[in-house]
Amino acid sequence: MADDVKNLTAELIRDPHSMVFLRLGELLRTEGQLDAARKVVLTGLERHPDMVDAHDLYARILVDANDLDHARKVWEALLQIDGRHQGAHKGLGFLHYGRGDLDAALDHLELALAADPTNQSVVQALRAVRNVAESVVAEDPQDAFAGFEGQDRGLLLADRQGRALAGRVVTWQGVDSTEVVAAHLAGITQEMERAVRMLKLGDWQRLVVEATDGNVLLTSPSPDSLLLVVRDRDIPAGRLALFAERASDAARSWLGVQTP
Amino acid sequence: MSKRFQGILDTITRIRGVRGAMIVVYQDGLVVSDSLMEGVRGNAVAALTSSLAKHVANATSASGAGVLQFLHLQAISGALLAVTAGAEMLVVAIADPSVNVGLVRLELIRAAEALT
Repeated sequence: MADDVKNLTAELIRDPHSMVFLRLGELLRTEGQLDAARKVVLTGLERHPDMVDAHDLYARILVDANDLDHARKVWEALLQIDGRHQGAHKGLGFLHYGRGDLDAALDHLELALAADPTNQSVVQALRAVRNVAESVVAEDPQDAFAGFEGQDRGLLLADRQGRALAGRVVTWQGVDSTEVVAAHLAGITQEMERAVRMLKLGDWQRLVVEATDGNVLLTSPSPDSLLLVVRDRDIPAGRLALFAERASDAARSWLGVQTP
Repeated sequence: MSKRFQGILDTITRIRGVRGAMIVVYQDGLVVSDSLMEGVRGNAVAALTSSLAKHVANATSASGAGVLQFLHLQAISGALLAVTAGAEMLVVAIADPSVNVGLVRLELIRAAEALT
């Protein structure tokens, strides 16, 4: 292995434009030399910026380095170049699975399988995620947002005192911030009510927010509850509003069942 | 300098349905410049918008959505919209409920870019 690294490095020094950087980067990654692997692949990408497999390798190095958010961005950018890239779909599938977003994981793994139906690692991953998804639905049929995309990471129903009622908010890094976000919602609602009262705008209906890594919508399905939807930046505000309407209907039904 | 700010605000208030616009210090909620209808208390609007933006920014950060860029509070009789101009300022618009939100958003973003 060490000889391979030495030989490939020598070859790359002889011809810096050589594609051998991919093999070298992969080898260093599998050896756990992540800083060296990152340097090799980034230098290679400077010379071959459109080489999709190099972007894929870079993302996998980032995953090994536990920089999951950055890896996601690299794979998403790669899909802008090649929307059918199997490695990117497979990688994003695993990332979404890790965050508990089974719907998104299934979407990406199915696209990965479509790119190469013979890839056994994708077939097995898809089977495993499908099994988990089926068991989750079977375990919790009363969940307020069962069947909703992102129900376990970007949908939160809270009361006006800032207590979570249903759903979850999980960051891209996998941190469950449900309780913290629910607490923030109470403060936001108080500020919104002050603002509309002072400006004589009537009752507030919704708050739409764009941030660097996501779009957010806050609405009130019932007088005592707040519904927050968090989605990626690529979901337009209009679609977010339609989704929130459906989720509000589901929340109202769920609240109706919960009320004694 | 104030003429520059006024020019920036004019491009927003020219949009049909916009009742007023202002530039606010993000952290302090102080008015930098405003173009509001008579009877609207600029200082109070600035303070409230800044406070709302800070609460929203904390929530977006906690939820993993990142750094606040734009907010749109829709109410029955009007809307409050704001865009962050770097970490220092907010560009704010108050509008009718039926205003073209997409257009206001674009002009607010342009204004924020002109300020940074």
